[in-house]
Amino acid sequence: MTSSAHALGDVLAVESDPGGGFTPPGLGEFYPEVLTSFSVLGVGFEITRITIIAWVATLAMIAFLVAAVRKPQIVPGKMQFIGETGYSFVRDGIARDVVGPKGLPFAPFLASLFFFILANNLMAIIPLAQISPMSKFAFPLVLALICWVVYIAVGIKNQGLWPYFRDIMFLPGVPKPMYILITPLELLQNFIVRPFTLAIRLFANMFAGHMLLVTFALGATYLLSVDNFSVVFGPVSALMAIVMTFFELLVIFLQAYVFTMLMGTYLNGSVEAAH
Amino acid sequence: MNILAAAEGANPLLPPLGEIIVGLIAFAVLLFVVVKFVAPRFEQVFQARRAAIEGGIERAEAMQAEAKAALEQYRAQLAEARNEAAQIRDSARAEGQQIIEQLRAQAQEESARIVARGEEQLAAARQQVVAELRGQIGSLAVELAGRVVGESLADDARRSGTVDRFLDELDQMAASNPAGNGAVQPAEGANTGSSVYVPEGKR
Repeated sequence: MTSSAHALGDVLAVESDPGGGFTPPGLGEFYPEVLTSFSVLGVGFEITRITIIAWVATLAMIAFLVAAVRKPQIVPGKMQFIGETGYSFVRDGIARDVVGPKGLPFAPFLASLFFFILANNLMAIIPLAQISPMSKFAFPLVLALICWVVYIAVGIKNQGLWPYFRDIMFLPGVPKPMYILITPLELLQNFIVRPFTLAIRLFANMFAGHMLLVTFALGATYLLSVDNFSVVFGPVSALMAIVMTFFELLVIFLQAYVFTMLMGTYLNGSVEAAH
Repeated sequence: MNILAAAEGANPLLPPLGEIIVGLIAFAVLLFVVVKFVAPRFEQVFQARRAAIEGGIERAEAMQAEAKAALEQYRAQLAEARNEAAQIRDSARAEGQQIIEQLRAQAQEESARIVARGEEQLAAARQQVVAELRGQIGSLAVELAGRVVGESLADDARRSGTVDRFLDELDQMAASNPAGNGAVQPAEGANTGSSVYVPEGKR
């Protein structure tokens, strides 16, 4: 049983209980029942349907990409064209234009980020899955931490250990007394705020999107089952659920793009010498 | 209800380590496939496509250059041919002029030679005539003198008539020569002077 089905069960249970009213979906949405759990080296693994969705999404994306490049041709077929469009969107639009002339080597990494986030996000509106693994904080956090490590490593490698930190802490062209204010802000911004906002932005968007969809869907179910006049709002709620699904589709692509794009600008700061 | 209870204590911003590792592995697998397999293939395709397009452009450029070279060559040849024709025309004209000059000179030379020969012949004929006449005049004079002497020296009338006639003849001869000429004909040619050809420039 899916977590939404549980929520639906709760809604209907409350409904049969007179005087109860509508119970909105809660955090339980994101903690579906554990299918199996095991422990490796003291680290507990809990396999839920969200874990499986993440794997299915990742494998589907890998399968698609491999199919797209299986028989590469100068005049692309349908699959190759779609894959190429996605890859060159990141390669030209982000790696080359945002990161800069030295950005092309990062194209595979940036494209991986984009495809991974996109595939997992798409699960938010694909029937039977209908929840994005990105609405579990662990997944965006992993990506943000990887990005964090990558852009700091690239910065140190390209500019040297001391020049990299010096340029972040002491911005060139700033009056010396201002460093009291700016240095802590810059350190906070570059090493804590950036990865955290990167993760939170993606997580919160997918989390809220899922909550919206579930609320409208459950709301429609509840309203259609009441005996009074409010039943006419049932179809409205159902319609809103559909509209929000399309909105969610936009958010899915937008968040995948924004995440990759921001990583591109961070890499740009690391690759290029100080502003 | 047991699920909600499990969720209540959970903080969505504090994910369990296991979930993080699962996410890490999922991303690592995709990253591996993209870096090792997908991206190089796409780059290859882009490269091949660029090469194909650039090759086409290069071929077109080469053909254009070839056509241009051919045109240049054709123009050069045309100019050369025109030049050559003009040269031939000029030389022909010069040659014609030369031939005309040569012919004219030849003709002049010829005419001069003819004239000279004519003069020579005339001179010879005159010489001959003069020599003949001299002989005849001598014999005539002797004959005449014989007759005059033989007839009658006393016959004055007749004698004076003969002398007068002779003098008249001489007068007539002098009168028939143009008076204002100033050039005195030789004595032996006095009676035949008018019939002798004299070239224009020698008068």
